[in-house]
Amino acid sequence: MIILDKNTKCLVQGITGKQGAFHTEQMLEYHTNIVAGVTPGKGGQKFGPLTVYDSVEAVTEVMDVNTSIIFVPAPFAKDAAFEAISQLDTVIIITEHIPVQDSMQIMEYAQRMDTTVVGPNTPGIISPGVGKLGIMPAHIFQPGDIGIVSRSGTLTYEFAHQISRSGKGQSTCVGIGGDPVVGLEFATVLQKFEDDPDTRAMVMIGEIGGNAEEKAAQYIEKNISKPVIAYIAGTTAPPGKRMGHAGAIIEGDSGTAASKIQALEEVGVHVVEKPSDMVNIIKEF
Amino acid sequence: MKLYEHSAKKIFQKEGIPIPPGEIARSGEEAQMIAEKMKKAVAIKSQVLVGGRGKAGGIKFTDTPQKAAKITRKLLSTQIKGEAVNMVLVEHKAEIQKEFYVSIATDRSSRKPLIMASGEGGVDIEDLANNRPEKIIKYHVNPLDEFLPYQAREIARKMEVGSEFISSVGAIIWKLFQVFQKYDAHLAEINPLVITPEGVLAADAKLDLDDDSIYRHSELKNLEEFESEEFAFVKLEGDIAVIGNGAGLTLTGMDMIKLNGGEPATFLDIGGGASPEIIKKALNLVIMHPPVKVIFLNVLGGITRADDVARGVINALKDTPWDVPLVIRLTGTNEEEGQRLLSNAGVSYETSMEDAAKKAVEICKSL
Repeated sequence: MIILDKNTKCLVQGITGKQGAFHTEQMLEYHTNIVAGVTPGKGGQKFGPLTVYDSVEAVTEVMDVNTSIIFVPAPFAKDAAFEAISQLDTVIIITEHIPVQDSMQIMEYAQRMDTTVVGPNTPGIISPGVGKLGIMPAHIFQPGDIGIVSRSGTLTYEFAHQISRSGKGQSTCVGIGGDPVVGLEFATVLQKFEDDPDTRAMVMIGEIGGNAEEKAAQYIEKNISKPVIAYIAGTTAPPGKRMGHAGAIIEGDSGTAASKIQALEEVGVHVVEKPSDMVNIIKEF
Repeated sequence: MKLYEHSAKKIFQKEGIPIPPGEIARSGEEAQMIAEKMKKAVAIKSQVLVGGRGKAGGIKFTDTPQKAAKITRKLLSTQIKGEAVNMVLVEHKAEIQKEFYVSIATDRSSRKPLIMASGEGGVDIEDLANNRPEKIIKYHVNPLDEFLPYQAREIARKMEVGSEFISSVGAIIWKLFQVFQKYDAHLAEINPLVITPEGVLAADAKLDLDDDSIYRHSELKNLEEFESEEFAFVKLEGDIAVIGNGAGLTLTGMDMIKLNGGEPATFLDIGGGASPEIIKKALNLVIMHPPVKVIFLNVLGGITRADDVARGVINALKDTPWDVPLVIRLTGTNEEEGQRLLSNAGVSYETSMEDAAKKAVEICKSL
C-alpha cells in the first residue's frame, strides 16, 4: 500500500464542522489511525476518543503526527493548508471549490517544504483493511493487489465496486482531485505503486481537461513496468464547458479524451472503453 | 464565468489599462446616437461569450452614424456560433500602427500563472503556437513571489515592441497581471494590444473568472454574466438525458449512452449527498429540455444515499405528469432500502450502469 499505511498518524483539521465530524466518525469506525483534531478556539474539547487542539503546532508539541486531513470550508482552506504544510509530511485536502489562485500558492509552498499534498476536491485515500483518509464509502472496497489512481470520486467507486465484486481487491485507492490545480500527479502515484510490493497492477482513471494523462503516458513509457489499465471519461463531452469538475473542460484543442487515449495507447497502456472491460482484464492476472 | 468584452474593459479601465472610448447599444437608435457623439469612424462589436466572433462576422466598421444604426440592427438579429447577440459595443475605431498579443492564464501543468506574449497580435494564438512557436514569449510567475514591473518590461523587450514602447507595453502587462490576481481570473487576455497615435490601447479584452472565488468578489455578482447555479448542468445535442452523482460518473454515463448507439441530451451532476428534493428538482429540470425522450439516472451512492434517491424519484413521479421513460441505475450506500422503495412503488431499476445505459438507448430507439 502507498501513502496511507501503518505508519500514518493523522489529525483532522475542521473536526468540529458538520463534514469533518461525520467523516471523522466514519474514519475511526474503519480503524484509521486518527490521533487528534484541530479547530481554532475549541482547544480542549473532546471528540469521541480524540482531543481537539487550537492549532496544528499544538498537536505536534504533544504527540507524534505526520499527516493531516482538511475539511475546513473553501474560504479558510488555504490558511489551514499552509498551517499543515509547515508542520507535516502529508496533507489531504478534501475541500471542494477552493479558488485556483489559492491552490497554486498551496502547491508552491508544499514544494518548498517538501510536503505531499493530495487534492483538493478529492474523495481522499483508502488502503482497504488498513484505514481510510477521506469520504469514500468503505464497504465498496476490499483488500487486494490492484492500485487505483483517479481524478474522479464516484468513478473510483464504480471501478472499485466492480473489482471487489469480481473477487479481487485494492492495495490503495488515491483520488488526486478534480480541480485544475492539484498536488499529487498521476506519475508520482504510479511510481509509488511501481515500488509497492503489495500492488500487482494499476488502474488509472482520467477525464477530459488539462494534460495530466498525456504527461502520465510519457512517464509510464520510461518508468513503469507493472501493467497499467486506463479509462478516460468524457469522450462525448463538448468543448468549452466545465463538466462538473472545475478541471474537466476541453480548452481549444487541448484536453480531449481522444488525445489522452491516444497518448496512453501509444505507450502500451490498455485503455478500456467501459468499466466491465477492465474487470475482465484484471481477472486474467 | 466568462465576461463580455465591455465588462472586461470596465475592469481594465478601473485598473489603469487604457481602452478605446466606447458605449453599449441595445438598439439601432442607441448605436446611432453613440456614433454621432463620437464624430469619428466606429467599430461595432457584438457582445457574445463565444470565441472567434471577428471571423464569424460579429465585428463591423463604419464612418457614418446612419450606417451604425443599420449594422447594429443587423447584428442584433443574428446569432454568432449559436449565441444570440443582445448588445453591441460601439467604440472608436483604433488607428492601428502595430498589434501585439498578451495573455495570462493558469498553467495547470506547472501549477503557476503563465504569461504569454507575442510581437504579432490579432492572430489566433493556437495557430501561432502550432506554426511559429518561437514567436511566443512564455513567462511563469511564481505564485508566492511578487511580479515586478521590470519583469513585465523584460517581456515587452523580448516581444520587440521597440524601445519607445517598452515602458507603456510593460506597464500594461504588469497591470494585466494585477487584474489576473486581484479578480481571480483563469484567463486575462488582450488580443490585440495596439499602438495608435493616441498611445497603446487594449483593443479587445477577455476575462474568464474563477467561479469558486466569487465569494470574495461580491461586486461581480451584479454583472449580467453572473448566474447562480444549483447543479452542474450542460445541455447537449442528443435526446437521452443523463443524470448522475459525481462528475466522472455522469460523464461516463454519457459515454455509455454513446457506446450503445444513443446520444446524450444533458449532463447533470447532482453532486454528493443529494436529498430527495434535489433529485426531484434534477428530474424536473431535464424534463424542461424539449429534445429529451428518455432519462437515464445513474447513481452509485457514496455520500449520496440510494434510499434518498429512491424517495426523490417517487416524489417526482407522484407530483408531475410524467410521460418520459425513466431508466434508473441504483446501487451503493443503502441500496437495499432504495431498491425496496422503488419496487414497492412499482418503479423498475437496474444495478449495472452498462446494462441501464443499453436499456435507455433501446427504449429511446423504440419510441
